[in-house]
Amino acid sequence: MPILQYLAQQTINALSLGSIYALVAIGLAMVFGILRLINFAHGDLMMVACYAAFFLVSTGIGFMPLIVVTLFAAALLGMLTERVAYRPVRGAPDVVMLLTSLAVSIFIENVFIMVVSPVPRSFRSVTPASLDSVHVWAGVSISTINILTVGVTAALFVLLLLFVTRTRVGVAMRAVSEDLLGAKLVGINLNRVILAAFAVGSAMAGVAGILWAARLGKIDPLMGFIPLLKAFVAAVIGGFGSLGGAVLGAYVLGFAEIFIIGFLPPELSSYRDAFVFLLLIFVLLVRPNGILGSTEREKV
Amino acid sequence: MKAQASSRPLRLLPSLTLLALLLAFVLLVNASASPYIARIVVLTGISIILVVSLNLSNGFTGVFSLGHVGFMAIGAYVSSILTLTLETKAQNLPDLPGWLAHVQMGFLPAMLIGGLVAAVIAVLIGIPLMRLSGHYVSVATLGFLVIVRIVLVNWTRFTRGARTFSGVPAYTTIWWVYGWLAITIYTVWRIVHSPYGRAMLAVRENEIAAQAVGVNVLRSRILAFVVSGFLTAIAGALWAHKVTSFSPGSFYFTQTFNIIIMLVVGGMGSISGSVLGTVLVTLLSELLRNAELGIHIGPVQIPPLYGLAQIILAVAFVLVVVFSRKGLMGDREIDWGRLVSFRGKGTAEGRNEGQGRPDQPQD
Repeated sequence: MPILQYLAQQTINALSLGSIYALVAIGLAMVFGILRLINFAHGDLMMVACYAAFFLVSTGIGFMPLIVVTLFAAALLGMLTERVAYRPVRGAPDVVMLLTSLAVSIFIENVFIMVVSPVPRSFRSVTPASLDSVHVWAGVSISTINILTVGVTAALFVLLLLFVTRTRVGVAMRAVSEDLLGAKLVGINLNRVILAAFAVGSAMAGVAGILWAARLGKIDPLMGFIPLLKAFVAAVIGGFGSLGGAVLGAYVLGFAEIFIIGFLPPELSSYRDAFVFLLLIFVLLVRPNGILGSTEREKV
Repeated sequence: MKAQASSRPLRLLPSLTLLALLLAFVLLVNASASPYIARIVVLTGISIILVVSLNLSNGFTGVFSLGHVGFMAIGAYVSSILTLTLETKAQNLPDLPGWLAHVQMGFLPAMLIGGLVAAVIAVLIGIPLMRLSGHYVSVATLGFLVIVRIVLVNWTRFTRGARTFSGVPAYTTIWWVYGWLAITIYTVWRIVHSPYGRAMLAVRENEIAAQAVGVNVLRSRILAFVVSGFLTAIAGALWAHKVTSFSPGSFYFTQTFNIIIMLVVGGMGSISGSVLGTVLVTLLSELLRNAELGIHIGPVQIPPLYGLAQIILAVAFVLVVVFSRKGLMGDREIDWGRLVSFRGKGTAEGRNEGQGRPDQPQD
């Protein structure tokens, strides 16, 4: 294949992969920006959305209502974790919150292992077969799922931008992540803003989950772990806590991953996730606060 | 200062009593426990080594590592490869390079080499990672765990990949485990109460202030990370030679979560807390494991519920974290000197020098 077409094709693959990471990373960064909580259970919301879709499809409701109900389920579960687990430890040391979210994650995963089954299920019943079709365009072949992923993500970015700049809750959210105490002083209802952040972030994780499962064709209770780790890396590379940073980091990671696979000798390509984490360690060495992160100075 | 004349033997008394009790316990288990109980005692001992050494890094320096199980894996695989009999090696790992294929070592050298490999890796990743703080170090060490797993799964020549690594000689006895347990607790205790340990605590409590008074933050963190990596790898080797067959899946998220629960339940920053937390959580999960396989309650048969143990542990963990953030012991220690001295108020030199911690051997 000519080099130009090869590059074009890999670029599309990278954009598509980066989009999924971005959808997950946005939710992480939103919550982190407000609470300084690294939410380990965020990846499990992807999984829950997929299982919701998997079980709903057998009831025979249409595709659009199915997606709406699914995302609603993810948002609801996200808000539930906040209310039940994270609110009681709000303001606790970082480590305490981190551990709480770790426990929430283990809890959700094992509920699914116990109630559903640890065995992977096929996701082909949910996604239409047309998603796997491939369009050839000037010698570049693009699968429908990649186009859909990039398109859906772009649309969600626009919606998110409108949300955080044009709605009261969205503006309040930015105010809270800028200065929590100050926002409280001017009368912002903290609980409501935090719940909204969880709802929006979880719904986006739900979308990411469906897109991810559509790529892989199967779902299982632990499916959220790897994309979650990648989203962490993306958010850290970009600068944790900033939405723009999370998106940027996600695409940097998507490109790095695809081109690492492309240029590594085949016998090393199964090590690609190891290279991803080496990249993380390298970025942290050079820019400890990420690409867009501001240098956070601790006052004495 | 009157107490100083007679202090040396008196000061050693608590540690010696502790050692004697441990010895008596091991002898008792060896003489009379059923194989099932003996196995739990051995595995609990290994967990205690894991948790106490994790505590050195996570509890005392405030670097919250999520990657220690990676060191455990390194210790387990390195010492297992080195101790396999030549026949098993030829059969299970036919592609080993020559210099490894013809080596068969005793338990102790293999275990120490495993520990040293882990320590070297801890230095290499510690130099970049220990500069980070708070969340970043947790995510980055988790990245280390993922890297270890990927290498284990893909480096088939040495590790059999994702397949089970079996045929490891069952060298681990209760003596090995409790010997290393005593060494681990003593080492960690000495480090924590040395000038280095004080520096670690200072860094944990207030990094900037510690720096301002001249503490080398990076050096004290790396020291803690390396020592705890070494001890964790030793525990991994002990574990490998106890269970004799394992796979990369044994050293991943579930195991990480298990030792972290034990650490947090016991109290980060307390050695006796780590021991207590480990024993409690082990007993609880042992009970739950039996329940998980299905139980009869009268005529009612409860079917096997896989995952139940983890669910209950997770809930219990959240409750502990929410209602007593510092775990059972916080950063206090069981006042062993007071318990054995029968004086009720601790030994005199304990109050003078150790601020209520007369039980550590001080120089």
